Amino acid sequence: MYVYDSFDRQFVGHRVEQFRDQVARRLSGELSEEQFRPLRLMNGVYLQLHSYMLRVAIPYGTLSSRQLRTLARIARTHDKGYGHFTTRQNIQFNWPSLEAIPDILAELAEVEMHAIQTSGNCIRNVTSDHFAGASADEVVDPRPYAEILRQWSSLHPEFSYLPRKFKIAITGAPQDRAAIRFHDIGLQVVKSEAGEIGFRVFVGGGLGRSPFVAWTLREYLAEKDLLSYVEAILRVYNLYGRRDNKYKARIKILMHEAGLETVRGEVEAEFERIREGALELPAGDVARIARHFAPPAFATLPATSEAEGRALRADPAFARFVAHNVTPHKVPGHASVTISLKPVGGVPGDATAEQMEVVADLAEAHGFGEIRVSHRQNLILPHVARDALPEIFARLSEAGLAHANAGLVGDTITCPGLDFCALANARSIPVAKDISTRFADPARAAEIGPLDIKISGCINACGHHHVGAIGILGVDRKGKEFYQLTLGGSPDETAAIGDSAGPGFWPHEVAGAVETLVDTYLKLRAGEETFLATYRRVGLAPFKEALGDGAR
Amino acid sequence: MQIVTANRLGDGRVVFRDRGGRWVEVLAAAVVLSKDEAAAAVEAASADVAARLIVEPYAVDVSETAAGIEPKTMREKIRAGGPTSGSETIALAALERAA
Repeated sequence: MYVYDSFDRQFVGHRVEQFRDQVARRLSGELSEEQFRPLRLMNGVYLQLHSYMLRVAIPYGTLSSRQLRTLARIARTHDKGYGHFTTRQNIQFNWPSLEAIPDILAELAEVEMHAIQTSGNCIRNVTSDHFAGASADEVVDPRPYAEILRQWSSLHPEFSYLPRKFKIAITGAPQDRAAIRFHDIGLQVVKSEAGEIGFRVFVGGGLGRSPFVAWTLREYLAEKDLLSYVEAILRVYNLYGRRDNKYKARIKILMHEAGLETVRGEVEAEFERIREGALELPAGDVARIARHFAPPAFATLPATSEAEGRALRADPAFARFVAHNVTPHKVPGHASVTISLKPVGGVPGDATAEQMEVVADLAEAHGFGEIRVSHRQNLILPHVARDALPEIFARLSEAGLAHANAGLVGDTITCPGLDFCALANARSIPVAKDISTRFADPARAAEIGPLDIKISGCINACGHHHVGAIGILGVDRKGKEFYQLTLGGSPDETAAIGDSAGPGFWPHEVAGAVETLVDTYLKLRAGEETFLATYRRVGLAPFKEALGDGAR
Repeated sequence: MQIVTANRLGDGRVVFRDRGGRWVEVLAAAVVLSKDEAAAAVEAASADVAARLIVEPYAVDVSETAAGIEPKTMREKIRAGGPTSGSETIALAALERAA
C-alpha cells in the first residue's frame, strides 16, 4: 500500500489544524454559516437531516487493517457504533458532532486518511477496481496510476473551483468493475502490442438527471502522458464547462453540447502545448510508486485446496459462500473474498465497529492486512489462501457477515435516501430491505443468478439506478414516496442506461414488482442466460406487459 | 398549522421551538402555531442563529391529532422520528453485546 511521504503528511496535518481553527471560529461566532459552509464542505462535512455527516476518502477503495481499526474506533467513540460504505468506495459517519470533527480528522491523519475533496466542485477521490492487483483477468495493476492521480489532484490549485464536481475511475482489467464509462474521466490501463503500458481514455460518462455513457476520447495514451493529458481535459472543462446552470455543469453536458470532435480538438491542442513539460511522468517515479503496490509474499500453493474441498463437501452454506463470494486470484491457490454488507432485511453498506474489527482481524490473519471497499458497498479481502476459506467463513458467520449473496438479487446498491440525506425525495433503504427479505431463500437467489438491483432516493443517482439491470428511482409524488423502475442498465464494459418500465409504484408494491420482473425473466430465459442477457434478447415489452396494471 | 424547526449548531441534531422559545429535541414539546405566527417565529429565530444555537430555522406544516403533532411530509416525519432504516438499533445492539 502507498505510504505517505513528508509532503502528504504535512498537507494533511496542516489541513486538520486549519479546520480545527475554522470550527472554533464558527462556534465562537466569528464565522457565519454562509462563510463556514464552503469550508466545512471542503473537509467532507455535510449537514444532513439529523446531524452532521462526515465523508472520509478511501483512496481507490484501498484500506489497511490499521486504517479499518481506526474507522471502527471513530464509529464507536464519535458516532453511534457504525459506518456506512458508499457507492464511491468511501465511508460516511452519520452522527458526528461538529465539535468532534477536528479530533476525528486528527485520528484519521494518524493513519494517513482524510476527508479532503470528498465534497465540492473539485476532483473527488479516485475510484478503482476493488480486485485491483488480485483478479485473474487483470492486465495491469491500476493502483500506482490511481495513486499518481491522487497526488496530482490533491489540493490542485487550478482545479479547486471547477464548474461542478469531477470524478475519475480507473481499471486495469477488461472486465470493468469500476464503472469507468460512467465517470467524468474513465481510464482503462492497457498494454500495447509492443508490451508498453498506456491508457484508453473515456470522457463524459455520468448518471444523475442526465445519464450518459462516456465517449472514447483517445484509444491509446502513453503512460508518461497520463497527467499531461488528464490536465488538458480538466483545463478544457474548466474553461468551457457551464457555470450558469448547476444541472448542466458536468463535463458530460459539455461533451453533449459541444460534441466529441470539438472537445477532442481542444484537449489535443492543450495536450500538445503542455506535453513533455513538468507533468510528464518520469519512469523512475512510476516505478517508485509501483513499489508500494508490489504483490505481497504469496505462498507457493497448488491451484486447488484440500481444506476447501473438504469443507465444500461437508457444508452447503460454505459451498454457497464460495460459489458467490469467492473470486479467482491471479496467484494459484489464492482467492479474493467478498464480504457482503447486504444482510437479508438489513441496511446495505452499513458495518458496525465490531464487524469492521473482525474484518481487520481476518485481513491480518489471512490477507496481508489488506481490505478493499467496492463501489457495490461491500468489503473485500483481496488476497487470501484458499486453504483459509473455511476459517474465514466461520469467523464471518459468527460476526453476521457471511451473506452468500455477492452479485445476486439481495446485493443491491442503495443510497442512504430520505432516511438520512437532505437531497433525497424518497427512502431507499426500506425498499432494499423489502427486496432482500422477499428473496431471502438462498436457493432461489442462486437460481435467479447474477442480478444488479440499484436504488436511488432521488434523481442525483448516488444509488446508480440508471445502470441497474433493475433500477429503482424514488421520487416525490404529491408529497408521497413513489418509485419508478428502469430495466437493462449495465455499469460494465457493456455499458447501458436502463429503459423506463412505466409510471411506477407505491413503496409497498416495489418488491412485488421486482418479483414480477424476476418471474418473467425465469420464464423467458434461455439456458444459463442472466437477467440482463435475457432482457437484451427479448427487450422491454414482455417485462412491461408483466408489470401490467401494477404500473400506473 | 405549523411548527418551527432547525438543526443545532454544535451537533447538528434536529430541534423544535417550544412555547418558551427554547429549542428542544422532542417533537411533542414543539409549539404549534398559525402560519403567520410561525413566520414571525422563524424571523425571531434569526437571533438564535446569531447566538450560535441553531442553523437554518424554517416552518413545517403539521396536523395535530389525538396522537400528537404529526408533520405532513415524509421528510419532516423522518427528521422528527429519526431514520426508519434501523441502522442505529443494529449498531446499539452490537455495542451492548460487546459491553
